[in-house]
Amino acid sequence: MLLLFLSFVQQYPADSAEPPAPPVNVVARDKANDAGGNIVLNWQLSGDDGAGTRSVTEYRIERSVPDSDSFVVVGTANKGVSQFVDAGAANGVEYVYRIFACALDKRSAPAISNAAAARAQWFHTGRVSMLIAVIIFSSLVMWFISQAKKGRALYIRPIAGLEAVDDAVGRATEMGKSIMYIPGILDMDDIQTIASVIILGKVARKAAQYETPILVPCTRSLVMSAAQETVKEACVDAGRPDIYDPARVSYLTDDQFGYAAGVDGMMLREKPGAIFYMGAFYAESLILAETGHSTGAIQIAGTAMPSQLPFFVTACDYTLIGEELFAASAYLSREPLLLGSLKGQDWGKALILLILAAGVLMASLGFNRLAEWLAVG
Amino acid sequence: MKNQVPLLITFIAGFVMVLQYFIPHWPFSDLQGLFNNWFLIIMVFAMILGIGNLLKLHLGKLQKKASGWWYSIVLITGFAIVFGAGMIWGVESGSPFDWFYFNVNLPMSSTMFALLAFFVASASYRAFRARTPEATLLLISAIIVMLSRVPLGNYVWDKLPLVGDWIMGSPNMAGQRAIMIGIALGVVSTSLRILLGIERTYLSGK
Repeated sequence: MLLLFLSFVQQYPADSAEPPAPPVNVVARDKANDAGGNIVLNWQLSGDDGAGTRSVTEYRIERSVPDSDSFVVVGTANKGVSQFVDAGAANGVEYVYRIFACALDKRSAPAISNAAAARAQWFHTGRVSMLIAVIIFSSLVMWFISQAKKGRALYIRPIAGLEAVDDAVGRATEMGKSIMYIPGILDMDDIQTIASVIILGKVARKAAQYETPILVPCTRSLVMSAAQETVKEACVDAGRPDIYDPARVSYLTDDQFGYAAGVDGMMLREKPGAIFYMGAFYAESLILAETGHSTGAIQIAGTAMPSQLPFFVTACDYTLIGEELFAASAYLSREPLLLGSLKGQDWGKALILLILAAGVLMASLGFNRLAEWLAVG
Repeated sequence: MKNQVPLLITFIAGFVMVLQYFIPHWPFSDLQGLFNNWFLIIMVFAMILGIGNLLKLHLGKLQKKASGWWYSIVLITGFAIVFGAGMIWGVESGSPFDWFYFNVNLPMSSTMFALLAFFVASASYRAFRARTPEATLLLISAIIVMLSRVPLGNYVWDKLPLVGDWIMGSPNMAGQRAIMIGIALGVVSTSLRILLGIERTYLSGK
């Protein structure tokens, strides 16, 4: 009987009948930098959160109903959590919240918040640094473009991979072989694919001048459509509209490895003299580049996918690393306006290097304001 | 006119997308989703172009009895069977289309992906030949990183995983970030050229 009594006392201690202490300092505020509809609640945890026999299991959050004294439950927060976002608030309506600390079947007295209303913001204050960077960089590019318009000579550093484009087309011509151009595996909504189609225009023009057939297998219908127009226009520009063959700019499949298999088969049957890989690539990059390498073709790759760059560097003769892919169009055309934008890009890079150096120096001296300000929200 | 209208559409669409990044307020908050939906709709219709091109190409090969024409029979038959199965019985789980996907398409894709192991081996063999100081550095770094990722590395020297982590987290990460900064600037520069109509090659303009 004594043991039974002791176990009962242990299971139901005397103070378990009391509710846990409520959370304190409940603050409600509009969530910053959003389209509205969100109110953020912060509070200090209940004194019984995480310890004791009245240990809190969760917090229950209730919201006042506009024009009424009643409250409705809007959600719960786990123990140890001191923040909750009410994502169902109407914009411009003031709400009051109350939070209960709950422990099994007991709940604390309510902790009442201040009144708060959700509002949409017209400017994202966490992105000020980004806006300033965009304005400075765009101004640099625009300034150099205006300089180029005035006829100022602009020096652009040589890029080996782009210098080799002419050689690759020439070599394929001398060998009496075709050129294969692979515009990546993403669609026209990716900037790398757009850059690739732009480069295709330059390569196709050179190929048309040399009367060398160009083969463009595409993995997206829209890319195929854009590539067909680009190659056709390049042939017309080169004065050889007759050599444009729409059958050589074709769609294969949207499937990643189906495309890799199809292009590999084309490479082995066609044995092109030069292969260009320009655009966005994933795991198929090495499958394509190694097969191309085995055919003995001169290979030039360009991508802004850092994880695929080592594969291209290994398997190709030349690789355009990241930004060089975007510089290719200006570099190949040598048009002053495009070169101006390239020059602006280089100055932007120099500016970023300076800011990085200043940030490292300041952080080393214990000042983190610059790094904090540059962080984009 | 042929080029002016697309350029205007490009400018407005691009500028609005830039604005929506800085303005969280409606209607800008919904624009990205709206434009993505438009793109998806255009993409679905463009599929017809792609499939049409593929079938036209292979039917032409069959007609001309061009080299490798029998592969075209495989493609057209495969397309007809899968397309027919999808149209007649739908694409739900357990349908014939689903069966074709899991028992034909997926194993073939996996096979192609598995080939990557052999290509990695042949590419690594070429890349890791210590012919230049840079290639030697690459070889040494690669050996350390590879050893640090397997239990054997820890057995050889218990500090090896730390060295591997340092190579990946410091020199490798610094290099990757430098490339990413360059890419970001290149993207902004290219976008500006396109938005301002300086770059028109993608519109088949000069």
